[in-house]
Amino acid sequence: MADYLPHTDDEVEAMLTFLGLQSLDDLFAHIPAAIRLAAGATGLPEGRFEPDVADQFAQFTRANRASAGQLVCFAGGGAYDHEVPNVVKSLASRSEFVTAYTPYQPEVAQGVLQALFEYQTLVSRLSGLPVANASLYDGATALVEALNLAGGSTGRTTMLVSAGVHPHWRAVVRTFAQGTGHEVVEVPLVDGVTDWSSVDVDEAAAVVVAYPNYLGVLEDMAGARAHATRLGGLFVVAGDPVAAGVLRTAGDWGADVYVGEGQPFGTALSFGGPYLGLFAVAAEHVRRLPGRIVGETLDTNGRRAFVTTLRAREQDIRREKATSNVCTNQTLMAVTAAIQLGWLGTAGLRQVAVASATGAHALFDAVTAIEGVEPLVSAPFLREFAVRLARPADEVIATMAADGILAGLSASSLTGGPDPSVEDDPSSVLLVAVTERRTQLELDAYVESLRKAVR
Amino acid sequence: MMTAAQPGGRAASIPLMGHEIEPTMFELSVRGRSAAQLRTTGIAPRAIESMVPASHLNPEPLVTADLAERDLVGHVTRLTHRQFSVDLGAYPLGSCTMKYNPKFCDAIAADPGLASVHPGAPVAMVQGWLELLVTLEERLCAITGMAAATLQPAAGAAGELTGLLLMRAFHHANGDERRRVIIPDSSHGTNPASVTLGGYQVTTVPSNERGLVDLDALRAALGPDVAGIMLTNPNTVGLFEEQIVEIAEAVHDVGGLLYYDGANLNAILGVVRPGDMGFDIVHMNLHKTFATPHGGGGPGAGPVAVSSRLEQFLPGPRATRVDGRYEWVTPKSSIGRVHGWHGNALVLARALAYIEVHGAAGLERVAQHAVLNANWLRRRLADTLPAAYERPCMHECVLTATAVKSAHGVRGLDIAKALLDEGFHAPTVYFPLIVDEALMFEPTETESPQTLEALAVAVESIVARAATDPESLHRAPSHTPVSRVDEARAARHLIATEDDAER
Repeated sequence: MADYLPHTDDEVEAMLTFLGLQSLDDLFAHIPAAIRLAAGATGLPEGRFEPDVADQFAQFTRANRASAGQLVCFAGGGAYDHEVPNVVKSLASRSEFVTAYTPYQPEVAQGVLQALFEYQTLVSRLSGLPVANASLYDGATALVEALNLAGGSTGRTTMLVSAGVHPHWRAVVRTFAQGTGHEVVEVPLVDGVTDWSSVDVDEAAAVVVAYPNYLGVLEDMAGARAHATRLGGLFVVAGDPVAAGVLRTAGDWGADVYVGEGQPFGTALSFGGPYLGLFAVAAEHVRRLPGRIVGETLDTNGRRAFVTTLRAREQDIRREKATSNVCTNQTLMAVTAAIQLGWLGTAGLRQVAVASATGAHALFDAVTAIEGVEPLVSAPFLREFAVRLARPADEVIATMAADGILAGLSASSLTGGPDPSVEDDPSSVLLVAVTERRTQLELDAYVESLRKAVR
Repeated sequence: MMTAAQPGGRAASIPLMGHEIEPTMFELSVRGRSAAQLRTTGIAPRAIESMVPASHLNPEPLVTADLAERDLVGHVTRLTHRQFSVDLGAYPLGSCTMKYNPKFCDAIAADPGLASVHPGAPVAMVQGWLELLVTLEERLCAITGMAAATLQPAAGAAGELTGLLLMRAFHHANGDERRRVIIPDSSHGTNPASVTLGGYQVTTVPSNERGLVDLDALRAALGPDVAGIMLTNPNTVGLFEEQIVEIAEAVHDVGGLLYYDGANLNAILGVVRPGDMGFDIVHMNLHKTFATPHGGGGPGAGPVAVSSRLEQFLPGPRATRVDGRYEWVTPKSSIGRVHGWHGNALVLARALAYIEVHGAAGLERVAQHAVLNANWLRRRLADTLPAAYERPCMHECVLTATAVKSAHGVRGLDIAKALLDEGFHAPTVYFPLIVDEALMFEPTETESPQTLEALAVAVESIVARAATDPESLHRAPSHTPVSRVDEARAARHLIATEDDAER
């Protein structure tokens, strides 16, 4: 009889009497008998107490051999093993944030609202664009929203997407294009950099480039911007927000829309979710911004207050004319990101970017000296890189796991097969990411393990 | 009923010292301060200029906010003191299901054995995670009476759009291109928005005087170009669509599919299943029905379950049991991915923990007590605020303030704001749109009879005050961290960041 219900049997009895009913079942008397569920018909197990269910979950966790204590993480691809300090975990797990709902009553929701205002400010600065929303589900779905914005803004349907955009993100874009009717054109990479000239289109709603791209490469941003201008489409930059610690921002490169995956800021790897989609736009696109926006205003006593605003854009008011159906977003992750960035500070954000890049370049130099490991491309990278192995990457990953190392991701595990991002077979391509948490000892162990694994 | 009102800890919803604003982290920032402590890597330093071409480097440091750890903790803690939450008090926000979120489920999700796992790790290393997902899928299918499910959608609205793309793929595979999707006028706003993004046109059918779908109007709207219908059942006025079998027959007769918006699934757990009502596609809001915390507006999770004829179209990859092991398998006619990875995995883990604790009988009690509480509150307040539809409700009741408004000029919004001063969260106001001056209360099953009585007493006292001192209600709330907020000003002069020049 495990549950969280406060009512005693006597109280239930009294409440039923007040309603003139005999039994709890009478509450459902108006539901047609033909479709009522017979007792035990679902085949669900009986309930158990918390410690018993904890035992069941301990079996799940024992069957996972990829947790941080078991494998040193060199995998990235949009999910990174960054430091999350106790102070951030502690603050972000406060139940006032965790157990609140969407701030529909701003008078009793100033905590979440102000935290989101601070988050929006941080995303605006990271993206170099003036207005950010209060988060979307993840980076992939944020890109879908960017394309919907571009379609609405230009009245066009052709979406030019660099193959350097994460393969999963491109897959998600293709899925949702089935409903919107967008024509998604993927532009191949040559030596890791998008070759815009290889695709013959006259106009586009959006030109999308990833910065750095999923192979880690720093794209020709000026060239991509110029291509967007040529085609009259919005310039959409899918950016790694950690890179903003050292790189020029999307806004600096002339982006109309910025999207990103915010997981690196305070959210654990979490087997892929919940993460958060970062989204920011140039000023002229504010009225098409998807999701919620928090704005600053005053209360009736003239004190500063925060409130969700430009609500007229949203689905509950515009219904079928809305340009986005987003309601629930990832507020708790957004609040967490703001706290994490507050903890990092200006110097800490830069230190994370520089230390990650330093580790990645040190590891790149060491592994490309191994026979059977070649750089995939010659273009410059920041904190992730791709190498071509003499053996299938998935085999190498499995071998290195026995040494306690998650060596990275095989390109083919993301692409699922041949892909315009990789000129030859992606199954021998290994994607490696290094964060500020990796040490020289771990790098040394990686190099030794890889040397054996590719032999 | 003689239950005494005991609003436990009501004062806790009021800040210790009200009426001071909290500076933003940027206002608190002092350049040169720092809280960060990062690992000593032992890796030889390199200059960023030696790794990255100068043309890519930001010549100026990107300034965020610079705080000592103690100041960060103070700032964020003070923010939390300006925030209402389920843990503080009753939160009868209709349609949102703000029930108690068990701490046990949070602890499950925080376990590093789940939380520190990379989503791209080799499948042999994450068998426990896949088993967890397969188990949850089986449970959700048993609960809804469906054949298979995707766990990828990150929220209810994402589930809706996924479901509509499944509907589209199904018809397309039959060489059957259809144009329209029917929704009732009482539907959630996400429904019509999702229909448009799914590439369909919306046809709205009116509700009848009983608050239910008008079957004749529905039949008139049906035709061979109808792809399907989206229904919430119980619907958004908290009433069960008693003619659901006839509705399903009529829609299936023209070759359409039935989509179940699971926003109100919590009302029927163990009582009746969407699959048995005739639905083909079902989304669930795990953050409502299975009590995963709402996080101030997310994360949620919106799995979509389908009948067997739609299974081949589900998003992939899906965790699947193959010869005693677990693999990622993409269905043969899959619409593709709808999430960057596997969905909001830690939310899914929490929901499974909740389901396992409750089991079949526990989940049925959840529905029974939710409906009991809602009906008790509706009856208790019948002389104060009448229900929009004078009939037994399900897990929520829609009351109307029309009479109070015409008699005293006090609107539903004023009553909602005054409730904040009484230590309760407000009900949902002005939804559904078909009810004038709607106040939608969803007490949930986890509030005690004493708390319900206290809520009723608070509503009574507010409505009584409408006759004697309506002005005080127009000004409410006054005991909250800020008083009524100027929403029009926020929209007129958008200030969405600290750096806005308007500021």
